[in-house]
Amino acid sequence: MNKLSLPALMRLVIGRDLILAMRRRADVLTTLIFFVMVVSLFPLAVGSELDLLRKMAPGVVWVAALLASMLSLGRMFSADYLDGTLEQMLLVPQSLSMLVLGKIVAHWMLSGLPLVLIAPVLGLQFDMSGEALLVLVAALLLGTPVLSMIGAFGAALTLGLRGGGVLVSLLVLPLCIPVLIFGTGAVAAVTGGMSAAPNLSLLGAFLLMSLLFTPWVSAQALRISME
Amino acid sequence: MLEVKDLACARGEHQLFSGLCFTLSAGELLQVQGENGRGKTTLLRTLCGFTQPFAGEIRWQGVDINSLEEEYYADVIYLGHLNAIKDELNALENLRISSALSGCEVSDSVAIAALRRMGLRGRETFPVRVLSQGQRRRVALARLLLSKATLWILDEPLTALDVDAVGLMQEIIGEHLGRQGMVIFTTHQMLEVAGVETRRLTLS
Repeated sequence: MNKLSLPALMRLVIGRDLILAMRRRADVLTTLIFFVMVVSLFPLAVGSELDLLRKMAPGVVWVAALLASMLSLGRMFSADYLDGTLEQMLLVPQSLSMLVLGKIVAHWMLSGLPLVLIAPVLGLQFDMSGEALLVLVAALLLGTPVLSMIGAFGAALTLGLRGGGVLVSLLVLPLCIPVLIFGTGAVAAVTGGMSAAPNLSLLGAFLLMSLLFTPWVSAQALRISME
Repeated sequence: MLEVKDLACARGEHQLFSGLCFTLSAGELLQVQGENGRGKTTLLRTLCGFTQPFAGEIRWQGVDINSLEEEYYADVIYLGHLNAIKDELNALENLRISSALSGCEVSDSVAIAALRRMGLRGRETFPVRVLSQGQRRRVALARLLLSKATLWILDEPLTALDVDAVGLMQEIIGEHLGRQGMVIFTTHQMLEVAGVETRRLTLS
């Protein structure tokens, strides 16, 4: 039977989405610029009370990351849906869940990873300590893939609907709240002199759970949306 | 062999057709006919497994396609109204990626040969967005040349094609039937393959 091996399929899908994004850089930059702007505006607006800034830093960064990831969700499947390539993907003689996982990984590399990389620089504006920055990056590294995965499910479910953009936020935001709570909790714990391990472990658990379920659920949602 | 038994399809509340039965064996060409809105596209999409039929069953080599899933997809190539090509990529990249997704990884030279046969010589590395409608359709059709699938499901393959390209399509379909392939298609134009009788199925 002619079909690709699973790793080859993943590589192909990820490579394809990365090339497409590189040819249309504005989309990737929008997410990043939004994130940088929102986070940078807070210290300017709140003023230079360092205690207050340090306290609100993790919350601001996480809320901005959550909203930035919402911003890019609409594009996850819709372009492929409109030009018919998604139909062809449903006919791939391989597990659709793996293909969806490939798309999720590509989405995270384009919308999640840049945020993780730039977060320490933004954290400096809030006078965060080195240790807190480290935990912030670790928490974002564990949390942003979860946002992409839950987002993929929402995007797949609302594909082709009019006004799907608002609906996807309504569906996905409540599901992302645990990530927000434990993500900010990790940094708050470190600044409060406690260990961040419990919060980070819980984030890790969320990551594993979503890795297990969301690709499959999103694949089913895609099949339903394409009917 | 593709067998369709008592198939009924509905779109929303509206029933398009029911009691549809036919079989398609190796080397056969089937044209689905019918006025606009009779359910030609719905039938083809149901045969691909995108849409679940309202009633009836579709069997491929004797097994229901719902239980075959990926094994069935390996034997099918579908070409819909949409070309399924990416504007940002060039013709060669489009062809290589879509072929690889459907399971046959091809080298640049093989893909270029396929594009040239489709009359796209010199356009291989142009971004697809600068090509005309007919040329985009040719890029999409080039997939057929590289595919190893047995069953071709073609929804209006001839839209936007010029006379030469229609002739070429007839030739390509003829070759596929000669390899014991099967083709189901819809069109409002003339498509006759030399030496093969076109079976017709009219939806009404």
